[in-house]
Amino acid sequence: MTDQKNRDKHKVDLWLTGTEEPSWLVEGTDEGAQKMALHETERRRADQEGLSVGDDRVLDEEIAPDDELMIVNMGPQHPSTHGVLRVHIELEGEIIRRSKPIIGYLHTGMEKTGEDLTWLQGPTNVTRMDYLAPFHNELVFSLAVEKLLGIDLPPRAEAIRLLMTELNRVSSHLVALATNGMDIGALSMMLYGFRDRERILAFFEKTTGLRMNHNYIRPGGVAADLPPGWQEDIEFILDKIPPRMYEYEDLLKANPIWLGRTRDVGVITLEECLALSVTGPTLRAAGSDWDLRKVFPYSGIENFQFEVPVGEHGDVYDRYRIRVEEIWQSLSLVRQIAESMPDGDYKTDDRKVAPPPRARIDESMEALIHHFKIYTEGFQVPEGEAYVAIESPRGELGAYVVSDGGAKPLRMHMRTPSFANLQALPVMMADSLIADTVATIASLDPVLGDVDR
Amino acid sequence: MATPTNPPGFLLANLDKVRHWAQTRSMFPVTFGLACCAIEMMATGAGHYDLARFGMEVFRASPRQADLMIVAGRLSQKMAPVLRQVYDQMPEPKWVISMGACASTGGMFNNYALVQGVDQIVPVDIYIPGCPPGPQSLMHGILTLHDKIMSGELAR
Repeated sequence: MTDQKNRDKHKVDLWLTGTEEPSWLVEGTDEGAQKMALHETERRRADQEGLSVGDDRVLDEEIAPDDELMIVNMGPQHPSTHGVLRVHIELEGEIIRRSKPIIGYLHTGMEKTGEDLTWLQGPTNVTRMDYLAPFHNELVFSLAVEKLLGIDLPPRAEAIRLLMTELNRVSSHLVALATNGMDIGALSMMLYGFRDRERILAFFEKTTGLRMNHNYIRPGGVAADLPPGWQEDIEFILDKIPPRMYEYEDLLKANPIWLGRTRDVGVITLEECLALSVTGPTLRAAGSDWDLRKVFPYSGIENFQFEVPVGEHGDVYDRYRIRVEEIWQSLSLVRQIAESMPDGDYKTDDRKVAPPPRARIDESMEALIHHFKIYTEGFQVPEGEAYVAIESPRGELGAYVVSDGGAKPLRMHMRTPSFANLQALPVMMADSLIADTVATIASLDPVLGDVDR
Repeated sequence: MATPTNPPGFLLANLDKVRHWAQTRSMFPVTFGLACCAIEMMATGAGHYDLARFGMEVFRASPRQADLMIVAGRLSQKMAPVLRQVYDQMPEPKWVISMGACASTGGMFNNYALVQGVDQIVPVDIYIPGCPPGPQSLMHGILTLHDKIMSGELAR
């Protein structure tokens, strides 16, 4: 058997490299001997039909001979994959031995589209990546552009940004709780989570005009001031959500079914997290207090008091607890920000970047021309490159932009947390039961728009 | 022999109405969430907007049990064959709602990756504008579909 396998590997080496020299790339993988010997079109078809599982971790042959393994394809059209994730699962009985996430079913080409949009239009594009945390996408892109521009913002603009992103963190974690509950069978959690999210979305709609994909945070500030009576709206949210959170604690925290489905399920250690660049609640549940709001503060978040909740087991239950604790911390942050909201302008007065105030357009032709130029040609950003990262509800969200001095980015790339976190899925699912698959995927809280972009 | 008092076709026409009524009262959508619109679709089904009022809260995971496909979100080239396969697996009669700008026309993403409108893949009955359309818009689209089925315009 081993000889046969070695011969097969050698054959693949020959086919790949065209020389007698063995290629360590193929040699190092089990995939080489088993799968890639197929003709390219056959291999592609086998992949498409879900007949093959490729993975670079070598299957331990002592576990099971090949004919006792069954391959199950999950997705891309599956209600518990949070979008269009597809997972190949290699099963021995009910135990998952290997798995492989297959992505790209929502690839939208946003990084390419971003090169066709001006710097001011950029947030329109990036806000549609992680559609559960649109404000974070806009914020990180705007911060990167502002880093290149070298402009400072008025304190009110920064406070509004923080207010919106922290509210967004609450709404995103509520959806995470809701979908996590639904996947495991706690259907009431689904209805409750979405109900409370509506309260926050109502405020978003009042402020930005849209429930999602706001395009509200832009380079140079925010698009509009907070609406009249925003204090009452925030007060309403802060009054309504905490009692509900206690309700959800009663519903889940000590629920024996919930504990049985989440405790010691999908475990990942801190070392594995660090090796796989996992960030966000998944990393903190494994025992690290890495939070970019503390490590690399942005938009003045260092002026507010909050704690970073840390778990210890790195299982699904700990991730759920971290999200609940983060909702509490974010609600406290929202209260602090709302109470200390400074007066002043909501966007920079740098007229190279910010359009003139609406009232000026009626009385000055120069202002009208200026407005027209900024919205058609856009403003120019000095040559250079910048990387800025913030803590999104899913982990480190980074924006890397390159400017050649023009009005559009030369290159725009986002380091999205869901994409990096998804790498940890095979590690979490290895040697666990197939029924725990949905619990594990849900606890990662991946957003496929964030993964595929 | 008595002459018939009812005009011919009377019974058939009423059966049609009963059929249309039955088709609209428990129309099960298949879960086909793709992107941002899927979140709004879930919000429509959840507590606050409560799609159960129209007998539609049961999103079927299996296309074999569904009558309606709500294509919610942007459809990539890689996903297009999957969409067609799910559509083909649905039993007749079936309807398709294209939810959102991306599903209807490709939206703001006119590039290599996206199908510029799902009507290139499946026949679409109702287009819902918006990016994403709010739950109210989705419900308006669904009720429009119901009306059109009741009036016989989109009857299958």
